[in-house]
Amino acid sequence: MKNKVIGDSVPRWDARAKVCGRADYTADIPVKNALHGKIVRAGIAHGRVLCLDIEDALRVPGVVKILTPADLPKTKFATAGHPYSLEPGGDVYDKNILTDYVRLYGDEIAAVIAETPLAAAVAAEKVVARYEELPFYLTTEEAMADGAVELHEGVKNNILADTTASVGDVEQGFAQADHIFESEYQTQIVQHCHMENQAAVAYQDADGRWTCISSTQIPHICRRILGEALEMPWSKFRVIKPFIGGGFGNKQDVIIEPLVVAMSMAVGGRAVRLELEGEEVLAYTRVRHAIRYRSKVGVTKDGRITAWQMDAVSKTGAYASHGHSIAAKGAGILSTLYEIPNMIYRSRTVLTNTGNAGAMRGYGVPQITFAIEAMTEKICSALNMDSFEFRLKNFKKEGAPHPLNGIPMATNKVADCLTQGKAAFGWDGKMAAALGDKGGIIRRGLGVAAFSYATAVYPYSLEIAGCRLTMNQDGTVKMMVGATEIGQGSDTGLIQIAAETLGVPAEMVYAEAVTDTDIAPFDTGCYASRQIYVTGMAVAKAAQELKDKICRAAEQFYKISSQVLDIEDAYIINTTTGDRVASLGDLALYTYYDKARARTLTAEVSNNCHNNSYPMGVTFAEVEVDTQTGVVTLLSMLNAHDSGVIINPLLAEGQVEGGMGMGVGFALGEDLFYDTKTGAPLNNNLLDYKIPTAMDVPELGVLFVQPVDPYGPFGAKGLGEPPLCSPAAAIRNAVCQALGFEIDSLPLTPGKVFAAIAAHRSGGEANV
Amino acid sequence: MYDFNSYTEAHSIDEAVRALGGNPNARVIAGGTDVLIKLRSRDEAFVGRDLEGITRIPGLAGVSVDTQGDITIGAATSFSQIENDETITRCLASLGTAAGSIGGPQIRNVGTIGGNLANGATSADTAAVLLTYNASLVIHDSSGSHEMPACEFHTGPGKVRLEQGQLLTAVKIARADYEGYRGSYIKFAVRQAMDIATLGCAVLVKMDGNVIEDLRIAFGVAGPTPLRAAAAERFAKGKVPSGKILEQLGRICLEDTKARDSWRAAKAFREQLITVLPQRAISQALGGDGNA
Repeated sequence: MKNKVIGDSVPRWDARAKVCGRADYTADIPVKNALHGKIVRAGIAHGRVLCLDIEDALRVPGVVKILTPADLPKTKFATAGHPYSLEPGGDVYDKNILTDYVRLYGDEIAAVIAETPLAAAVAAEKVVARYEELPFYLTTEEAMADGAVELHEGVKNNILADTTASVGDVEQGFAQADHIFESEYQTQIVQHCHMENQAAVAYQDADGRWTCISSTQIPHICRRILGEALEMPWSKFRVIKPFIGGGFGNKQDVIIEPLVVAMSMAVGGRAVRLELEGEEVLAYTRVRHAIRYRSKVGVTKDGRITAWQMDAVSKTGAYASHGHSIAAKGAGILSTLYEIPNMIYRSRTVLTNTGNAGAMRGYGVPQITFAIEAMTEKICSALNMDSFEFRLKNFKKEGAPHPLNGIPMATNKVADCLTQGKAAFGWDGKMAAALGDKGGIIRRGLGVAAFSYATAVYPYSLEIAGCRLTMNQDGTVKMMVGATEIGQGSDTGLIQIAAETLGVPAEMVYAEAVTDTDIAPFDTGCYASRQIYVTGMAVAKAAQELKDKICRAAEQFYKISSQVLDIEDAYIINTTTGDRVASLGDLALYTYYDKARARTLTAEVSNNCHNNSYPMGVTFAEVEVDTQTGVVTLLSMLNAHDSGVIINPLLAEGQVEGGMGMGVGFALGEDLFYDTKTGAPLNNNLLDYKIPTAMDVPELGVLFVQPVDPYGPFGAKGLGEPPLCSPAAAIRNAVCQALGFEIDSLPLTPGKVFAAIAAHRSGGEANV
Repeated sequence: MYDFNSYTEAHSIDEAVRALGGNPNARVIAGGTDVLIKLRSRDEAFVGRDLEGITRIPGLAGVSVDTQGDITIGAATSFSQIENDETITRCLASLGTAAGSIGGPQIRNVGTIGGNLANGATSADTAAVLLTYNASLVIHDSSGSHEMPACEFHTGPGKVRLEQGQLLTAVKIARADYEGYRGSYIKFAVRQAMDIATLGCAVLVKMDGNVIEDLRIAFGVAGPTPLRAAAAERFAKGKVPSGKILEQLGRICLEDTKARDSWRAAKAFREQLITVLPQRAISQALGGDGNA
């Protein structure tokens, strides 16, 4: 790049503040006279609240008020952080702020407001609920069974949606096949485990409107949902997002904000804070969908896929949240990873009395990638075909249109990721070692898995982003975006896009930690790996507009045609002579203070993106399996990514390593489970819910293949979610290679692997 | 948001014992890594208590060796201290391993060996190891002090033989119980750090040439309390620890254990670990790589 800002590992602008504790998160922000809230949670998994006795709770010293469903609007709202849709058939409006119909253990049935957090907690324990209990369903099979009670009125068999996407004719495809393979795969419930729990504080502001400071990925969407939940004009709410300690999609749902604002309303506008405990976050916010896949695949004897039939049953838990979009997304993933002439993909999203599934980093793709790539290895092994050869033969080709929406995959370097990654990982050497190690107690194995992803949500949903740039008095630039920095580093990447376009060093562009819906340009927020891609387009356009304005102003003040002016290293350059005309600082003084001609320079762009680009990638994993104890030790792992041009290599590597670490947890340890007798979550704490520690993750390899994507800003595609898409599948394939047989569900905990080995040895099918 | 009634700190064992004996609502707090967690989760047995801090009582922390070579570990000695103590490393290496396997560095800096025992968990990493050293526990109360064998201390899940007004002040290990022995501890957990044992296995072995002269095996999480595998210990005496003998020994361990199914692990899996881990621990103690 001309100005050498793109592609440079510019330090994150907020790094020092975060390390030194100067960065203020929601709970750090001082608010006058704040009261404290605590949610009263249901002690059953399904049923009606017949009565709530709050008398004892009200007598706890310090208790100010206790809210019950009767105190709140009856209108239901949708919690998903999707852009508002003017067309029918969008999100499912199925949630009340508090409920008298319990759909999961821990559902929100009342809320205490008190002078101290302790008083609120003590009072919450003293609220007594009497229930009419109903049968509860922890599995999709039970929930879909005839006669099962509907969790939400009118949702027949608890199936929220049942859709089919298809290409070609699968029956014809199976007829053309030499071999047919069938298998079933199952993923588990996992959770985001962001470091900062959900926290919000709300109060009535000087102008009578309601301010809600919240750890949200979607401030502008949150404002709209507050309006819907509280039945008031949307502008009556102002949402402020300070620094965020991670979200991974869990904060792409509006979970606590309507309650926090309602609590403040109930106490005359006095500030009320609500901070969830870690146990509440794990079990009662959002989780990843557990999905069961059935695949039937037809393949020719030379290893070409002729047909792929897939059936997905996705557990969404007690409420719709993101509805059917996660299960349905799988069709596009399957059909953009491999060239499948005949495909049919059916997906059902099913309500159960378990943790409410919503958005989580990868949005269904880690699950389906596990199912696709496990099946791929099954085929390779049955055909005795090399894992690489089969994939290279079947990968979707660059330039081909998306089979379902027609958008061409302008860049697609998945094949390069596979071949370059294989070499960088040292696959052949490691494989030789693994194959020579099959007799002992400890066995090695290697696995590979590829994925396809889509940046942003076009054409299924609105893709809008905004940026406002203002040149300061000294020639530096203030950047305001509606995009949401949640720890991923997008602000720093956006600074780089602005700086590269403007021709200034990155440190001359100031980002804003706070996204405030009253001040920041409109942007739907942080999800779909869209910030660098979609917001980056808005930033690049705004920067170009500001640059043009700067050059025209310079023409006015320095009498040189703007046609020959450019900006380099914060100086206005005469491109014909190569001379520096003036520094941006000198020009800025004129634009602010020249009595006759001063006019401050700003540029504001709202960009409606009508493209999509496809990040692709491959994971390589090497494991050791202890066949006596079932312990899987990850020895090495490498992710090769095509995310287009990498804006900031160091930040990008951080994203990839973090995603790979989450993938290790998904593969080997994490599983939120429930007491079958009560429906209560059993392990919603970080002792019993096994996210990996630094000791459990080996040195990770990261490789970028960098085509210049024609749509993305400076050729970039999304990278936020892709790193988590394929590690679990690759680790699973490595474990199966080590063992010499298949395990078709996650996670591969020691207990499960041991049971599978025991079952395999006794000649039976592994029932796992 | 910790709901306790009061916090005071004792400056001597006598003061602590008086405070505990004179107030049925009093409870000991040392490092707090169990007590504060239970308070935070509003465990009824801990809410509203008068907490008596003991970690700053002079002499209650530290490791000492007397003229006989017997070792005393103060109850308020932190896991970090134990892990890094020269005497422990030299004489009671497996105890250092167990202490070093607990939590993360922050927990090990405040958590104490006394707390690990008095908390009463079958998963307590130091408890199983102390059983192999035939440790005895020093308990103070208003009438003075007495000693109790560590193997009599745990009576059930979360239950130990400490009455209100009694304070565990030290752990003692006699020279005869470590000299000439080699020990090891394997903590089996899903994670490599910050985890609770699915099964803990401590062994202590004394060789006479190539023959086992004495062997002690103790488990955590193989029953409601930490326990010794007496039958396997008897079987091992006088035998050469070949792979075949160790395999047999592993199976005999099941005679003394009472593993059960729980959502944390299946009984069959725990029993597999009960048969496998002692073999590895013995190999490790004898200088092998532990992979039997």
